[in-house]
Amino acid sequence: MSPVDPGPPAQQAPPPGAERAGTQRAGASLGRDAWRRLCRDPVAVVGAVLVLVFVAVALLAPVLAPYGPTDTPGKDVVTPTNVPGPSSEYWLGLDNLGRDELSRILHGARQSLVVGVVSLLFGALTGSAIGLVAGSFGGWVDNLVMRLMDVMLAVPGLLFAIGLAALLGHSLTSVMIAVGTVNVPVFARLLRGSMLTQRSADYAMAITSLGVRRRALIWHHVLPNSLSPVIVQGTLTLATAIIDAAGLAFLGLSGTDPAVPEWGRMLAETQRFLSSAPHLAIFPGLAIVLAALGFTLLGESLREALDPTYRR
Amino acid sequence: MRPARPARAVRPTCPARSERPPSHGGGTVLRFVARRLAQLVPILLGLSLLLFFWVRSLPGGPAAALLGERATPEKVAQINRLYGMDRPLWEQYLDFLGRALRLDLGVSRMTERPVTEELLSRFPATVELAIVAIVFAVGIGVPLGYLAARRHLTWVDNLAVAGSLVGVAIPVFFLGFLLKYLFAVRLGWLPPDGRQSPRLFVDHPTGFYVLDGLLRGDPASSWDALRHLVLPGIALGTIPLAIITRITRASVLDVLHKDYVRTAEAKGLTRTLVSRRHVLRNALLPVLTVTGLQVGLLLSGAVLTETVFAFPGVGSFLVDAIAARDYAVIQGFILVIAVIVVTVNLLVDAGYGLIDPRVRLR
Repeated sequence: MSPVDPGPPAQQAPPPGAERAGTQRAGASLGRDAWRRLCRDPVAVVGAVLVLVFVAVALLAPVLAPYGPTDTPGKDVVTPTNVPGPSSEYWLGLDNLGRDELSRILHGARQSLVVGVVSLLFGALTGSAIGLVAGSFGGWVDNLVMRLMDVMLAVPGLLFAIGLAALLGHSLTSVMIAVGTVNVPVFARLLRGSMLTQRSADYAMAITSLGVRRRALIWHHVLPNSLSPVIVQGTLTLATAIIDAAGLAFLGLSGTDPAVPEWGRMLAETQRFLSSAPHLAIFPGLAIVLAALGFTLLGESLREALDPTYRR
Repeated sequence: MRPARPARAVRPTCPARSERPPSHGGGTVLRFVARRLAQLVPILLGLSLLLFFWVRSLPGGPAAALLGERATPEKVAQINRLYGMDRPLWEQYLDFLGRALRLDLGVSRMTERPVTEELLSRFPATVELAIVAIVFAVGIGVPLGYLAARRHLTWVDNLAVAGSLVGVAIPVFFLGFLLKYLFAVRLGWLPPDGRQSPRLFVDHPTGFYVLDGLLRGDPASSWDALRHLVLPGIALGTIPLAIITRITRASVLDVLHKDYVRTAEAKGLTRTLVSRRHVLRNALLPVLTVTGLQVGLLLSGAVLTETVFAFPGVGSFLVDAIAARDYAVIQGFILVIAVIVVTVNLLVDAGYGLIDPRVRLR
């Protein structure tokens, strides 16, 4: 369920001299150029700050959290009709079992980060490997592999993940595999498409005419030049992976261990307290939004920085 | 004396019949649609294979899934014999394909009624919800995207871009919670859940509550059903709204820089005329495609939205099926949704070809 690329808008051709100078500069320091553009973009800075805070919270949760995820410091205060909201003692309030909401949200960041990163790595590595095979061999291999990817793409992402998670059993591992698998065809198509464009570029033809072997052409030239859309997609996929994993947890498809707080499940479990204790839904929900927003903003800025023809 | 103008130099020569591009007549359109339909067949066959093996990969096999906690080796063997699951795989697959083509998707373990019947009875609710969501997304997204492009780099544009970035980062179920809490629980403006107020329970010949009210000449009932659709419709339509706004904005910006728009403006056409005839006509083509692509997103998002709003559509039925491990329902639901998604994509593709002759010629 990633946002669709609106495509590059029209741009005017630069004068020939400027183009040559630009190519030389870009060739020498494309990465540095992209980095400079990224640092100057306020959207990227906001995204990077959100991502850094999210990662820091996830890594330091046991140090930052005032209580453990299963501790019930407020069990004597909480009654079925009284679930206290934010206070000076419990900054984000208590949950229906008397657990500290802030501590559970901080610990929940760990789960979201792990699910996001593992499912992204699984989806991106498998998908890219498939895309690499299709893009390198072409012909019937490409045709067969890409038709298989088309079949996977025919099922909406969340439904595919639901089917797979239901098959694998209710656990965090199932959620990671399910969310990762949904992204396999996305990365496969992306890398294959990017490789096909690079292979038909003039430089690839020039290298081939110099007698360089196909394997060297692909590994040393085509593949490195095809990776930037994959990196951008990877950042954006982290956002959708966090949202999808929360969605699966919301539907009860993740694990049920209370020691492992998950933002999606925390939201689902508090539905019946909506009128009396809305903070139980609002804070985990905001945590998901901020984490997903960080990766979305960073991914969009990265796309713009790596591809100057793309403009938001 | 004026020199004689060589007539052949300015009049374009008529290309030979073989060099002409194909005609835009009905034959081309039919060929175009037939070609797209043919591309659908391998995808649907692949999908049926995927779902066939999905059921066979279930822990303990389909018989154990069907029996649930009651599964014993004897009962499993009995079910396998009864449903022909002891036959060769290819024979079972052909049987599955035949039944799927006859819309026989098995029996639900939860309700012990045919899955097709269960899905059909709940489908109108989800379709009504999806229509409200898409009307909301297109109705706001297209004007907002257009306005953002026309006011490029102003506060309107920045707000539209920021809104669309936040829109894709909000999970449907969380937005549903917020809307429900604010507009139903706190303000009491709209109903918090369900499809219709309990006091209005009447028969529904079509299953589309808004339509049924109008057919019965009971506008109050239609209004009540519509009020129940507002909050879930907004929750479901927000991600498509964000995407449609971005696509419209990017597409309009792209077209505004085209030479033909500059020419139209240079020859003195009014801004309204240029916008209607030249900008919108061309810019809305990608928007049409993207709107079509939202159908999959809407139908899968409905699973979460219907759960939050206790809306009795196919989505909430799927959630019940997941909890009860009713695999026949999950399988049937995924198959039906996938068929709808690929069919809608085909229709959008064909529609695009009909509207834009350049697509047909490729």
